[in-house]
Amino acid sequence: MTTDTQANNNPIKQNQIEQFLTFQLAEEAYGVDILKVQEIRGWETVRVIPNTPSFIKGVLNLRGLVVPIVDLRERFSLEKSQYNHKTVVIVLCVKHLDSTFVMGIVADAVSDVLDIKVDDIKKAPNFGTKIDTRYMRGMYVHHKNMIMLLDVDRLLNPDEIESIDNLE
Amino acid sequence: MSIDMSQFHQVFFEECFEGLEAMEAGLLNLNIDDIDPEVINTIFRGAHSIKGGSGTFGFNNVADFTHIMETLLDEMRDGRRQVTQIAINILLGSVDCLREMISSIQNEEEVDESRVAQHTADLDNELNGVAESTPPPSHKVSAETIITEPSEVISDSSETSDTNEESGWKIAFCPYLDLLKTGNDPVRMFRELSELGELTSLANIQDVPSLFEMDPEECNISWDLKVMGDIPLDEIEEIFNWVEGDCELDIQPIAPKPVKKIAPPVSQAEPELDTEETIATQAKEPQQPTQPEIIVEQAEVSKDIEAIPKPPTTAPKEPNKKVQLDSDQSKLIVQVASSIRVDTSKIDALINMVGEVVITQSMLGLVGENFTMDKVDQLKKGLAQLERHTRDLQQSVMNVRMLPISFVFSRFPRLVHDISSKLGKKIELKLVGENTEIDKSVVELINDPLVHLIRNSLDHGIEMPANRIAAGKPETGTIELKAYHRGGHIVIEIIDDGHGMDKNKLIAKAVEKGLIDDSSVLTDKQAYELIFLPGFSTAEKLTDISGRGVGMDVVRRNIEALGGNIEISSELGHGTTIAIHLPLTLAILDGQSVAVGDETYIVPLVSIIESINITEKMLNKVAGKGETFRLRNQYIPIIRMHKIFNVQPSSKSKMGEGVIVVAEGQGVLCGLFVDDLLGQQQVVIKSLEANYRRVDGVSGATILGDGSVALILDVPGLVRFSNR
Repeated sequence: MTTDTQANNNPIKQNQIEQFLTFQLAEEAYGVDILKVQEIRGWETVRVIPNTPSFIKGVLNLRGLVVPIVDLRERFSLEKSQYNHKTVVIVLCVKHLDSTFVMGIVADAVSDVLDIKVDDIKKAPNFGTKIDTRYMRGMYVHHKNMIMLLDVDRLLNPDEIESIDNLE
Repeated sequence: MSIDMSQFHQVFFEECFEGLEAMEAGLLNLNIDDIDPEVINTIFRGAHSIKGGSGTFGFNNVADFTHIMETLLDEMRDGRRQVTQIAINILLGSVDCLREMISSIQNEEEVDESRVAQHTADLDNELNGVAESTPPPSHKVSAETIITEPSEVISDSSETSDTNEESGWKIAFCPYLDLLKTGNDPVRMFRELSELGELTSLANIQDVPSLFEMDPEECNISWDLKVMGDIPLDEIEEIFNWVEGDCELDIQPIAPKPVKKIAPPVSQAEPELDTEETIATQAKEPQQPTQPEIIVEQAEVSKDIEAIPKPPTTAPKEPNKKVQLDSDQSKLIVQVASSIRVDTSKIDALINMVGEVVITQSMLGLVGENFTMDKVDQLKKGLAQLERHTRDLQQSVMNVRMLPISFVFSRFPRLVHDISSKLGKKIELKLVGENTEIDKSVVELINDPLVHLIRNSLDHGIEMPANRIAAGKPETGTIELKAYHRGGHIVIEIIDDGHGMDKNKLIAKAVEKGLIDDSSVLTDKQAYELIFLPGFSTAEKLTDISGRGVGMDVVRRNIEALGGNIEISSELGHGTTIAIHLPLTLAILDGQSVAVGDETYIVPLVSIIESINITEKMLNKVAGKGETFRLRNQYIPIIRMHKIFNVQPSSKSKMGEGVIVVAEGQGVLCGLFVDDLLGQQQVVIKSLEANYRRVDGVSGATILGDGSVALILDVPGLVRFSNR
């Protein structure tokens, strides 16, 4: 749905090129809009927040800002893994309503920055993907590899996190 | 050339509110029997600058309304009108109305026209009532009278009705040298003129001295202006209202078929205008130092404020204190939150400190280069210096947020004046320690609780004059509002010399309302605490001033939300003292760090009563209600922190090994069972909500010395959470 509105209803964007930061998560490639990325850090221990969904690993001190860290593997119910020296935290700026939230996501490793033509972003199929298409911007094929482009604003929306929390 | 005026709106609003406050204070100080002309002047100036500003920004309804007030005040100032209590009350009402208008504009809401109309009518009545008794002064050419005499304006506009058919006006505008010093800007006037119709202007610069001799504060240019179009004379006059008296002005109608021979080429006129503009800006610069305050935008606070009006659907299930504030209060916060006025000296101190820190840093840099062990002393000295400077810097930054509490206190003379006359009581309000400084965010949130407490003192505390005399007290009751610092806290006391609180009456009332059972034995203090229970009201009948029984519990909740507490002491027949203890700032708190498993939490020191060790045997297990222990006649529920926060318990998480921290929140005691006490420290409060959301039992986060994050516990929240 989202992909439709974003890709088709906005003719100006048609031939535009957008940059995506791609990263690895459980042997799969994912991408996020690079303009959303604030910084990339190595994994460090976080402070656990009590009584929060398990995919919220805790909070981190980012130069005086208290930033929650989301484990995407757990968020997408993928197989859990041990954090190691390659584990990274991608710090993202999430827009929600009129405010901006800073959040981090844990990824196995960052891969590359890709220039992707907006035209080449394909609509995500409604089934067969490991994650809910609601959170996806679309799919992109890069050297025969499928990259799932995430819609960060929807995925890390605080309301969304709360509703998942209530489900649990 | 158009400048986005909206960027100045905020400053204008603040100036308006300040002006209104000054007017209100002045009106309250007016003594009808002995009029101090300076007081009237102050009030007049307030109205005058609000009128000027609102005209500039295009808030015409405000300008029109203030104009009428100003007219009335001007007549009082000139002694043409007797100052009566009625007139003062009408003016006070108008000040309120004006304040509402301005806040409506500020919040981009509709202005309540009916209210404005009613006050306009009141003012008009007052004005006209006198206009009949004293004949209007004879016609003067002086511009001054045209502004202030409505009758004059009316007669002028009746003249213009004939000339309305004219297709334009020719204006010879020759300002005196000091026009710019009065704060008038011809460019602004020309812009307004050009909005009325097509404007051609010809600047006469023959009197302009050479650049070296020129005084930028003087206006050496005169203008010949032409405005084309069907414009009533009074609209043009209105634009020049402000400068009349500061210039020679001649406004002549142009015949329907004007000969366009004088029309200068526009290209010629424009550069002149530019010259004039630079002069005007130059002239403005020297004025700036007279305004000794600087506006600092406060992004942080406004972020907090944004969270308030959020509909409860997005709010967590647990009632959020901020959301509970009634709409009036949240409006008040929105109104004042966006910026802060800071004394220039504080900014200077800040810059000074930053300079010191930079110097120390570069000194340390030098020491660090080619470091050898013999420089260790130097290094230690540098670090000590850095520590001191950092602390001073922190102090200076905190100071920027500090406001004198008179910001809150200044509203109360009016409140007391209004309510005491409504109640028929004689009450004097004494303000002590108005210059005590307190954090801006506290200032904003303390207002409503204080209003409530003062209303209570007025209504319930002070007796009627007759009763006072019968009790052998002076007829006039006294309420003292006192603020002072004590040990890192600010204390606000409300002291009345009324009849005090009757312990037995309070207990009887609480029993009657079913709040306590009749066998309870209460100490004096506990009895006074009863008034904080929801649904408690001792007033025999409800009045519109107090007595709805919803107040005191809200007052207490609001004060505790600020990290403070409230105490009552009272002596029957002699009066009541209510003391509010507040932290100096909301940004820093004194905390006790406690260990729970591998985690560290901070318990606010204000809520800790004591910490004790108990053994398993001392526990009482209540079926379905958890554990309690007995502490001097009281049973205190225990909250096992590792259980409630799902933390892996350590070897010390056994009763007998760990520590019970007895803490109080909203009048409820609880024992927090933790592994260990780690140490006390001041912590800087960081919001979790800024990037995440509220978490039950946690009021915020902070960053410890080692850079890791620790969560600050919210004791009342924990109690609620553990009861679920």
